[in-house]
Amino acid sequence: MHNSIYDKRVRISDNVIRVLIYLSAFVSVAILVGIIGLVVIKGAPHLSWQLISTVSSSAKNTFGILGNIVNTLYIIVITLLIVTPLGVGGAVYLNEYAKGGKLVRAIEFTIETLSGIPSIIFGLFGMVFFGTVLKLGFSILTGALTLALMVLPIITSSTQVALKSVPESYRAGATGMGATKWYMIRTIILPSAMPGIITGIILGIGRIIGESAALLFTAGSSYYLVNDFFGHIFKPGGTLTIQLYLSMTKARYDQAFAVALVLIILVFVLNRITHIIANRMNKEKG
Amino acid sequence: MENTKIKVEHLNLYYGQNHALKDVTMDIYENKVTAFIGPSGCGKSTFLKTLNRMNDLIENVKIDGLVELDDENIYDKKVDTTLLRKKVGMVFQQPNPFPMSIYDNVAYGPRLHGIKDKKRLDEIVTNSLKGAALYDEVKDDLKKSALSLSGGQQQRLCIARALAVEPEVILMDEPTSALDPISTLKIEDLMEDLKKKYTVIIVTHNMQQATRIADYTAFFLVGEMVEYGKTRDLFATPQDKRTEDYITGRFG
Amino acid sequence: MNKVLSIMINSKTKSRVEKTAEWIFKICALFALIAVVMMTGYMIYSGTPALLKVGIKEILFSNVWNPSAANPQYGILNIIFTSIVGSAGAILIGVPIGVLTAVYLSEVASSQMAKIVKPAVELLAGIPSVVYGLIGILLINPVMYKLELFFFKNDPTHQFTGGCNLLSAIIILAIMILPTVINISESAIRSVPKHLKSGSLALGGSQIQTIFKVILPAAKTGILSAIVLGVGRAIGEAMAIVLVSGNSVNLPLPFNSVRFLTTAIVSEMSYATGTHRQVLFTIGLVLFIFIMIINIILTKIIKSGDDQHA
Repeated sequence: MHNSIYDKRVRISDNVIRVLIYLSAFVSVAILVGIIGLVVIKGAPHLSWQLISTVSSSAKNTFGILGNIVNTLYIIVITLLIVTPLGVGGAVYLNEYAKGGKLVRAIEFTIETLSGIPSIIFGLFGMVFFGTVLKLGFSILTGALTLALMVLPIITSSTQVALKSVPESYRAGATGMGATKWYMIRTIILPSAMPGIITGIILGIGRIIGESAALLFTAGSSYYLVNDFFGHIFKPGGTLTIQLYLSMTKARYDQAFAVALVLIILVFVLNRITHIIANRMNKEKG
Repeated sequence: MENTKIKVEHLNLYYGQNHALKDVTMDIYENKVTAFIGPSGCGKSTFLKTLNRMNDLIENVKIDGLVELDDENIYDKKVDTTLLRKKVGMVFQQPNPFPMSIYDNVAYGPRLHGIKDKKRLDEIVTNSLKGAALYDEVKDDLKKSALSLSGGQQQRLCIARALAVEPEVILMDEPTSALDPISTLKIEDLMEDLKKKYTVIIVTHNMQQATRIADYTAFFLVGEMVEYGKTRDLFATPQDKRTEDYITGRFG
Repeated sequence: MNKVLSIMINSKTKSRVEKTAEWIFKICALFALIAVVMMTGYMIYSGTPALLKVGIKEILFSNVWNPSAANPQYGILNIIFTSIVGSAGAILIGVPIGVLTAVYLSEVASSQMAKIVKPAVELLAGIPSVVYGLIGILLINPVMYKLELFFFKNDPTHQFTGGCNLLSAIIILAIMILPTVINISESAIRSVPKHLKSGSLALGGSQIQTIFKVILPAAKTGILSAIVLGVGRAIGEAMAIVLVSGNSVNLPLPFNSVRFLTTAIVSEMSYATGTHRQVLFTIGLVLFIFIMIINIILTKIIKSGDDQHA
């Protein structure tokens, strides 16, 4: 009586599940390849210098997204100017000063809540609060303030992660040399956390570029260029994504795919940058 | 007369560039306790894991040589590793019960191998727990989470779990190194019983443990099996200078 | 006397800077709290007037939506159902694919394959939702239209949608929740201790048995969080589905043209006035409440997971 280890058993259920696993992974990748492929194929023929260097003109019957590009840049810059200090500062408080307790738990809960609120709700709130109550109307500023709320959790959590990975020995070292807390944060902690903070900012830019629902009722959809540099922020302005949506509602899919291609290129570039930063951070660590 | 259960010939193992086991040749005997001793990093645990092919899980491992279990080459292409591991059970250094009830932990293996009959399972669970000298301590709360047991109990549960699949060989990788002295004693006592039914191979960093429980002992040093023989002989009259140095505590 | 370096004086001036710094950071941290409190306040403030004016029953428990009629009716029950059914459908399709992909990435794939699949999933997460909508219109709707013709050709009661239906929206949503489900499930699976896996393999478990009987059960808290986050994402998505779901208020049946909570707001906010506009804010409030419930469930799940590990 001898139990051989040679008679290989075939487990049908194992093989079925294995096929399903491969199939799922294939589907996930195929969806991405399909989307990017379709956007490139349909968008590339309509991509031109005129598209990105001019503003749409009904007189000349041309389509151009320069105005949208400028609006997008405006919104990115203003949003980040508002949200970066708040997000980084908040993370510094939570990680370096706060010692637990109800308030901290409440803040952490609200940061999580904020990251789960759908953009359409941000849009409604921004429209009512910044637009109507603060009388900013449909403007780039209203849009940027609304997006600042949306991007806040991204910056805060990225900074928190970065702060947590600063070795405790740095803190001990600095305190041991008589450095005060603020001095230590300024000279040691924030610089070491900088790659993480930058990653957060880039993720934030990605979110702003892709956003539409929160901007539709706050920043509006205008695509004109405004000469007045500062006055522009009080005027409505549609980003690239909003323009894409408008082209879709008008069933101008040629325009839509051209804008989609520009957006996907931007997303891809941002994605690469975060990877480069992450790789550099890993190298430094080990 | 000893029956050879496992036959190892010219076994070499490489982790990438690192030559971790060098030309190991030995016979392991049925219904005996065989101990592998040696300083940490000597390859004794690595060698243990080649006997049930747990090294397969690690990337970049290359093995050549022969390992035969009941005259079947366990590295043959025809081998079903799940059958091999059913036949060659293993108990790890850290107790690793699954996060489920005591009952489900022991029944896990039999269920994997297709036993669904409740009565059969009950019987197996009871016998296995008895075999691991744990039954009396847990018989009233088999539904309790295995994680609620003490470290020593968890390790005996892992032994019971290994017994439940009716193995023929049991590999133990420093099974008591994470345990307190009393739990260690309980597990050592178990060995006498276990070897009546099983072939037991134990890796230990504790020489006294080897002298207490093992019939045969092999001494390893930097990937080489230096000496192998009856435990009494190895400790009383070591043939190799390095064995003697290790036993007398001059290094390791 | 003045020349002596005193640690007393030093610490006094320093402590002022220190305190100011701490206060500034604290105010920054409080912003999230203030924002959520204000948003909650404003959602309630702008969402309740319609409830009082039109009546809770007439809005929440009626399915007749006719805001522009002479005698307008504002029942949003069908809209609520659509959001629930749509999210459930997305979960039903997206979660199995997502979890199995996570299993692939963490347990099955070679490290080279993982290096291809993982960035693809990340990129999927970065694609703007409007682009998903665009793909939906050009790829999914035509297919749905063919199916619709096939199924309802001889059905005189069916209102044709050209493929803009619930099913199209569900497929888009399922794709959109994939990255969330995959990423969170994957890190949950990766954090299962390796010794559990070796324990199961050493008992003669096959790789697949080990994954499904030990690893996934041990990762269930994380996978559950992934599902709940997926629900949140699906129920809150607007722009990807507004143009592919047909946008008329109907019962959420697969081939019906439907309107979600989110798409109701997007499509009507630009022109709605008076009570109609207030009702749209009520819809916003309902959506907000759903999201808050999901958030609380999520916090509970994570907490129960922490308790288990402690």
